[in-house]
Amino acid sequence: MTIQIAAVARNTFTELVRQKIFYIILVFALCAIGSSVFMARLTFQEEFQMLKDVCLGAMSIFTSLLAILATANFLPKDLEERTIYNILSKPVPRFIYLLGKLAGIILLLFLFTLLMSGVFCLVLWLREHAVLVETRRQFAQGPAEELAVALHAVRAATFNASLIPGILVIFVKSALLASLTLLISTFATSSLFTIMIAMAIYFIGHLQSTARDYWLQGTVITWWTRVAVGIIALLFPDLQAFNLADDVIAGASIPLNVFLKTFALGWTYVAVYFAVAAFIFAGREL
Amino acid sequence: MIRKAIAIALIGLFGSLKAPFEKSLDAAQERARLRTAPLDLGLRERVGQFGFLAALSGFRSPVAAYLWIAAHNAWERTEWGRMAGLFDTVTTLQPRSPLYWDMAAWHMAWNASTAALRDTSQASETLRLRNQRQYFELGRDFLERGIRNNPESSFLYSSLAVLLRDKFEDHCGAGEAFLRASQLPNAPPYVERFAGYELAKCPGRESMAYSLLRRIYDEGPEARKPTLISTLQELEKKLDVPERERVHSRDR
Repeated sequence: MTIQIAAVARNTFTELVRQKIFYIILVFALCAIGSSVFMARLTFQEEFQMLKDVCLGAMSIFTSLLAILATANFLPKDLEERTIYNILSKPVPRFIYLLGKLAGIILLLFLFTLLMSGVFCLVLWLREHAVLVETRRQFAQGPAEELAVALHAVRAATFNASLIPGILVIFVKSALLASLTLLISTFATSSLFTIMIAMAIYFIGHLQSTARDYWLQGTVITWWTRVAVGIIALLFPDLQAFNLADDVIAGASIPLNVFLKTFALGWTYVAVYFAVAAFIFAGREL
Repeated sequence: MIRKAIAIALIGLFGSLKAPFEKSLDAAQERARLRTAPLDLGLRERVGQFGFLAALSGFRSPVAAYLWIAAHNAWERTEWGRMAGLFDTVTTLQPRSPLYWDMAAWHMAWNASTAALRDTSQASETLRLRNQRQYFELGRDFLERGIRNNPESSFLYSSLAVLLRDKFEDHCGAGEAFLRASQLPNAPPYVERFAGYELAKCPGRESMAYSLLRRIYDEGPEARKPTLISTLQELEKKLDVPERERVHSRDR
């Protein structure tokens, strides 16, 4: 069974790589390098803040878009090219086929996140190095205490330990979106429909906590408001829980228990959406 | 059709099972100050429909970065009013970033206030001074709001202290702010000394300033900066400290 999953996953991964999606990494690198060159006009604190804002924002956009757009295309493409019939005519259960597809896209998203993180860290490290050299030069004649404080300020403005969990949470959110899109595609009739619904759920998922706060803050809360809020909370994921990057950029630290809980919640969503997708796909007429 | 209905029911069941877990995660994230403050609807008018949607969709920081660059461009064109508005929007989007609060305050209290004082289009000096004062107040307002959003930031308390010292000549306020900054994590070592210098100029707080600065002095020769010694000597005279206890009688 593991071999079958690995075979489908490898095939899915290869197909996606052949679509030259890794060129997006080049766009990301251009974003990171371009913004760092432009930001050199600002103070180093501003520059590092902007760099983190742009890079983590771009990481979140690219991984989310890749998860939705690539996954939405799997089933329609395999049906159109009739490869699905070749695979399922062999002793490959449908859920294994789906699991292989999901594993393939998650592997790709992981590599994608890793590469973007590498580019981001490299650009940040290079800029930090340049600023540290400049700071040492400026404070060469000054007291050691002032130099130490200045160097500490530069280091504190660049890397902080929470960047790693922040990036991992971006990856988990993209895996969740891939699983959700796979679920939609099992009953959708076209990839366009899948993309539209997945994007709508993406926005609802991000807006629901804000909407909940807004609706439930009113002086008169009607029963139907409560029902609507309840239904939304039951059916849609609260994606705001995975949106920790904004606070990480601002310098907040993510406690280990919060990170583990968020991580566990993300993978639970992936597992549940996959299970429901397999359930629907098992009964689908091909 | 039945399968789809069962699937929706399963998702609903999962939704009800995950609700308590999500609630506890929500609370844990709020305790860790990881859930940024909700956006108010007034922001929509300031950042436009698209910006508001982007900010609500998990892209607050890139929107804030874009607006910060716009503010920087406004600074280069010395459009102070536009800058103040943009800073207000950026700090609303990223209230947990001390840097934005600090830079916004610095631009208002130092750059915009100086420009207001030198504004040749305003003939009345009284009005120029009033405008300058308004920018000082705006700078202080940014820092005070920043501190309310980031009460653990020694950086913002230090900036407030510098503003109170240099622009308002409020030595008591500056001393208190430096003192608060020195008690917070990651405070630079000089902040406590600065608190002593300011409290030394604050009527009624001289003995506190003396004990604070004296403790720093007693840490050893490395801590004995010229300003520290001269401030201590002034305080000794003012507080009538016995001759044998005064710093000038000790070795440096």
